[in-house]
Amino acid sequence: MYAVRSGPVLVKIANMMFKQKFSVTRMPGFSVVAMICFFALYMPLAPLVIYSFNEGNNIALWEGFSLRWYGSAWENELVQGAAIRSLIIASFASVFATIFATMAALGTTRTKPYRGQMTIYAMINQPLMVPEIVTAVALLILFALIKQATNYHGFAYLIIAHTAFCIPFAYLPIKARLEGMDNTLEIAAADLYARPFKTFRRITLPLLLPGIFAGAMLAFVISLDDVVITEFVKSAGQDTLPTYMLGQLRRAITPEINAISTVLLGVSVLLVTLIFFMSRKRGN
Amino acid sequence: MSEKNAAVLIDKAEKVFGKDSDRVVALNGVSLTILENEFFTLLGPSGCGKTTLLRLIAGFEQPTSGRIHLHGKDISYLPPYERPVNTVFQNYALFPHMTVAQNVSFGLEMLEKPRAEIDKTVNEMLKLVQMEALRDRRTDQISGGQQQRVALARALAPHPKVLLLDEPLSALDYKLRKEMQIELKRLQNETGITFVFVTHDQEEALTMSDRVGVMNNGNILQIGAPHEIYDHPSERFVADFIGDTNFLTAKITSRSDELLTIKLSSGIEISVSAGNEVVGKDAVTLAIRPEQTTISNSVESTELQGVLRNIVYIGTDTHYHVGIDDESLFTVRVQNIHGRQQNFEIGQNVGINIDSNMVQVLKD
Ligand SMILES: Nc1ncnc2c1ncn2[C@@H]1O[C@H](COP(=O)(O)OP(=O)(O)O)[C@@H](O)[C@H]1O
Ligand SMILES: [Mg+2]
Repeated sequence: MYAVRSGPVLVKIANMMFKQKFSVTRMPGFSVVAMICFFALYMPLAPLVIYSFNEGNNIALWEGFSLRWYGSAWENELVQGAAIRSLIIASFASVFATIFATMAALGTTRTKPYRGQMTIYAMINQPLMVPEIVTAVALLILFALIKQATNYHGFAYLIIAHTAFCIPFAYLPIKARLEGMDNTLEIAAADLYARPFKTFRRITLPLLLPGIFAGAMLAFVISLDDVVITEFVKSAGQDTLPTYMLGQLRRAITPEINAISTVLLGVSVLLVTLIFFMSRKRGN
Repeated sequence: MSEKNAAVLIDKAEKVFGKDSDRVVALNGVSLTILENEFFTLLGPSGCGKTTLLRLIAGFEQPTSGRIHLHGKDISYLPPYERPVNTVFQNYALFPHMTVAQNVSFGLEMLEKPRAEIDKTVNEMLKLVQMEALRDRRTDQISGGQQQRVALARALAPHPKVLLLDEPLSALDYKLRKEMQIELKRLQNETGITFVFVTHDQEEALTMSDRVGVMNNGNILQIGAPHEIYDHPSERFVADFIGDTNFLTAKITSRSDELLTIKLSSGIEISVSAGNEVVGKDAVTLAIRPEQTTISNSVESTELQGVLRNIVYIGTDTHYHVGIDDESLFTVRVQNIHGRQQNFEIGQNVGINIDSNMVQVLKD
């Protein structure tokens, strides 16, 4: 459920970075509310991170500092397999989703207004509105049919499913970037004898790159910590890190789970920070 | 038609935006000929259709009806990248991910000129606008005036048949604007390229142009050399928009082929040349520039008489506002030349002398 909750927040951050800065920060009481929010958001993470360094076997009883559980997670073949699977799926899904999202963003912002544009916009963002569990069940049924017909049980289903729900996350920052981009630059290029494709390659695409990177990273993060859809779509032996962790919860929990969570958290924070700094550097 | 010298020929161009209740007629059947090597200025208030006309020439918009010819060739529906016309945009529209030199070379690269020629032309252009030293700067690392020069160099580099400039100086401060006006004029002379310049600043239009087209509400009202437009405005809007003007209503008492005899409200009759057609009208509006009149203490043998209401000192000149009837004030402008100032008191009776050669009879 992490994806569902954090996704829109990430999108908001991305939108804010590419569009105008607003100044509620100067409204009275803002800092107090902000402090409370930050506290509520990050407080629960503290025990998780702290106990990942626990020496003992218990996730609630401190027995001293050690990196033991990081080592054990690192050597656990199930964790290794799940981590590699997660990375492969997230890489493919974010690349594909970003390609589709870029085309969609160009199609919805760089054309003359046309009938049905709102419908298309709504359709692109559909995965944000349909409950994830519904999508998951729908995909389960659809893929079951296909699996029966083709007898193919491989990885591709997961990549396709992840690509699909990552598209809106990749789409929004790219669209925000395009909308913030002055289209007189494209007109100026046409004025200087650039045909439409040249204009796209020399002007639109380079200026869009920060948005595309941000979209891709967002998609990567979203794919990386998806549970619900993955759980429904995966075949036997196709655990990703989050579904592996979910499986572990049914057994005795050790701080190994804390260690894996902490690493996942670290990667997510790192990527989002990267998005932030990149857009600060390249954005005007 | 003999369009031997025409660089741009616009034939009844009409441009309508939107439909039904959103319908805006931006250009209302404009016809215009811009000559080769000319510095032509489109002058008019904001929203009168100047940018739209420029965009039609550049190819960013297509006319709803009418035709546009460039050196005799119909270009009405060619895309911008096939027109040998370049634009200097109001906000410059420099490519932010390229250096100054890369911006300037862009058009030449798109035309697929050989590398050696591109480099040579880019160097020439940067030299022409005095930006050689900053050639490797990013465009957000240079000042507004420098961006302006880069935009000019970029648009001139492909050596277009016509250069379009849409209020390029409006973002600059006063002093820089004055410098750039001279600079633009120099560039036009040196390159021999036809310039079509858009502004809402009448002073800018008068100082820079070979000819000016005055626009309002999607129409071109008058075309002529700056002094023609200023001295002989054809209608009230032109006279009002350019410089300060006094308007008087008067009656035509007799007319010959070249001269009109006109009776002013004071009862005095003056003879003026019959420049504009005022056929079949007896009541006419006259336009008289404040600097073409003088004020005197004596009310004898002056064309107008009135009561001095106000004196405004503005450095080089002094403006005298004279009430000539119950409603209107007539402005007399007198240059402040040492030793020649006269003393007037507010409330006294004064006379106004008018040079009848400088009285303009308006069409409406
Ligand atoms: N793309 C457009 N869509 C609708 N109306 C437009 C568009 N472009 C210009 N107009 C309208 O056409 C008129 C002329 O505009 P413009 O040519 O920009 O005037 P100017 O450059 O003289 O200020 C204005 O009323 C403007 O609102
Ligand atoms: Mg304009």
